[in-house]
Amino acid sequence: MKMTRLTAAMALTMTAAAPAIAETLHFPMLSYRTGPFAPGGIPFADGYADYLRLINERDGGIGGVPIRITECETAYNTERGVECYQSIRGDNPLVIQPLSTGITYQLIPRTMVDGIPMHTMGYGRTSAVNGEVFNWTFNYPGTYWDGASVIINYLLEENDGSLDGKKVVLLYHNSAYGREPIPTLTRLGERYGFEFLPIGVDSPGQEQGSQWLQIRRERPDYVIMWGWGVMNATAIREAANIRFPMENFIGVWWSGSEQDVIPVGAGADGYKALAMHGTGRDYPVYDDIQTYVVDRGLAAGTGEEIGTVLYSRGMYAAMLAVEAAKVAQEIHGVAQITPAMMRDGMANLVITEELMESLGLPGFGPAFEVSCDNHGGSGEAMIQQWDANAREWNLITDWIAPDREMIMEMVMEDSLAWAAENDITPGCLDRSGG
Amino acid sequence: MIYREAGDFKLSYGADSQTFPIKGDRWAYWLALAFAVGVVPLFLTDYLANAILIPFLIYVIAALGLNLLLGYCGQLSLGTGGFMAVGAYAAFKLMTGFPDLSIVFVIILAGVITAGVGVLFGLPSLRIKGFYLAVATLAAQFFLVWLFTRTPWFFNYSATGMITAPTRTILGVPITGPNASALSMYLFCLFFVVVLAWLARNLTRGSLGRSWMAIRDMDIAAEIIGVNPLKAKLTAFAISSFYVGIAGALLFTVLLGAAEASEAFGIDKSFLVLFMVIIGGLGSILGAFIGAAFLIIGPVLLKILLVNNLGWPTDLAAHLEVMVIGALILVFLIAEPHGLTALWRMLKEKLRLWPFPY
Repeated sequence: MKMTRLTAAMALTMTAAAPAIAETLHFPMLSYRTGPFAPGGIPFADGYADYLRLINERDGGIGGVPIRITECETAYNTERGVECYQSIRGDNPLVIQPLSTGITYQLIPRTMVDGIPMHTMGYGRTSAVNGEVFNWTFNYPGTYWDGASVIINYLLEENDGSLDGKKVVLLYHNSAYGREPIPTLTRLGERYGFEFLPIGVDSPGQEQGSQWLQIRRERPDYVIMWGWGVMNATAIREAANIRFPMENFIGVWWSGSEQDVIPVGAGADGYKALAMHGTGRDYPVYDDIQTYVVDRGLAAGTGEEIGTVLYSRGMYAAMLAVEAAKVAQEIHGVAQITPAMMRDGMANLVITEELMESLGLPGFGPAFEVSCDNHGGSGEAMIQQWDANAREWNLITDWIAPDREMIMEMVMEDSLAWAAENDITPGCLDRSGG
Repeated sequence: MIYREAGDFKLSYGADSQTFPIKGDRWAYWLALAFAVGVVPLFLTDYLANAILIPFLIYVIAALGLNLLLGYCGQLSLGTGGFMAVGAYAAFKLMTGFPDLSIVFVIILAGVITAGVGVLFGLPSLRIKGFYLAVATLAAQFFLVWLFTRTPWFFNYSATGMITAPTRTILGVPITGPNASALSMYLFCLFFVVVLAWLARNLTRGSLGRSWMAIRDMDIAAEIIGVNPLKAKLTAFAISSFYVGIAGALLFTVLLGAAEASEAFGIDKSFLVLFMVIIGGLGSILGAFIGAAFLIIGPVLLKILLVNNLGWPTDLAAHLEVMVIGALILVFLIAEPHGLTALWRMLKEKLRLWPFPY
């Protein structure tokens, strides 16, 4: 009995390690469709897969080479994330998108050694903006520090340029993700003279009674939230319960999706959140997705979540990956690109408004350029507000720029400290051969 | 015919009281060891090492530790995750505080520190037992994780609260960090497993292990025959925590490379290790191996079978995995309440008589 189990195990692992089929571009997905964060993970994964399928169906792949999608379930768990990474790293994955700040931290050193580019869009380690240290990690179009700065810039505008004497609370998911904006907000608080108070919520965040009691006692002018999953809806409900003015409650882009506000009902009306991209079904690309993917029965989900915030974000991540692959093909003059070539494509990615329009996404995301000393794009974001009656997000500002000068200063400090810790000499990578 | 005991005479007391009194078992033990050291490295791939073997070895150590406490001394602990976190954070502080300290000593010292913390949280066991003790250790679990997420000193004031293991080498071969090869990590963990399993086996056969078992079977009777419950319970907590701390330190330094307490060492870790011990078999060294294999290798194999070989959707496979593992736990526990190791023991008894049962 013992032997048969062992041989079966061996046979199984052998097949798992089987080499890839040639002439495809491998785009792996590290998704989470199970676990406490599945409501956020599912639409993102569906959006990512649907856009890649659209490219296959409509354009026949990128530069004539079809895309191969593989999926691995992480359940937002770092150990499973590492297992997923190990299972795909030998299979020429063009870009890893872990969709979890915790997994990102584990994979940054590994991807560097393995030479696999990683894109952490709007999450992950902010100081990866410094491409001289983090050669293989990209976090365009925006980072958490950008997001924190955008919120403060927005509040400055609201208050005629002064936040002096105001009190700002950060309600954060007590994890690497949630703690990321604290240094930025602390520094901004010193600069603009507002009192900054971080309050942590332990994962997954269903218990927030004591935190909101504290908020009630502290009477802050603004509450900023870095939450994810069930924590968002709970926080918005608690805020509604203590009658905290919703227009003074602002979430990061991971705390501003339909799943977070709809459960709260009318109480969520007026809640604001950052938007790193547009939402809604009004973009021409969704018609293509409907025709080529959904109507052909190829959609990853039911097709109903098209245009929701997190679906759009997954789609946006896939679109940026596809554009980077196109740039890589152009640079190297070959269609079958390697992960190293993909990195060159990502490091030289230029997104213009015209390009966005030609892709069927006019005004969807900011225009930005990636370079060796800036892997973080422009960092611009908009503010959106929830309308509980119409059940939709409305953009209430144009793109707001972050305080990039201060952020770059912090990025340099943090990234150079990390480089020293890990014996890395900062420098740009040369383009790979070929 | 499998076990040929005819002519296997013991000529000295030493030979009679050795760990594996049956010749066949001795052979199996040495063969397994030779296979793990000599054969596995030949076909070791990164995936096999990082996804299956290294987690398996690390959880074997944790399950051994809990088995010493629960299986041999009868003290129920739900604080395993918290004690693993102590091991991980101790290893991190030692690695960053003393960069020249060898990684072997870092791991052992992390275990020693965890042993100290374990004794501290083991003190209530002198007054309370059973479920009440479980609740007290549950408090340890939550308190320790809370401590490590709220006190910046433990994660060296890093902005995100993550701890990251720097690269450490033995004789120039990297053991931790991204440059470590699968082989070096595997052998490093295997070394600890072999030494600790050998130690556990001999501890439980010695006077200390007998005093633990006396406490487990009936503490009042044990006290009457002269077993000091203070000493027995606290040594059980100390040695168990030592093992669990080493497992936590290895999990963080070798396997994960980066961790945060609330995510990597949550209450689910405590339950995972507890289930390993219960499914493998309480009070059995082999049980720790079987239990860890069942709960670490099982899900991965199931995933490979369903997703990679049959092409099922990942979410369906993930849901099914929980159901299948849960159902198997139920089936095994109903069929054999004493764990998988009891099945093996029964099989062995049959094999000793086979093919001529009375």
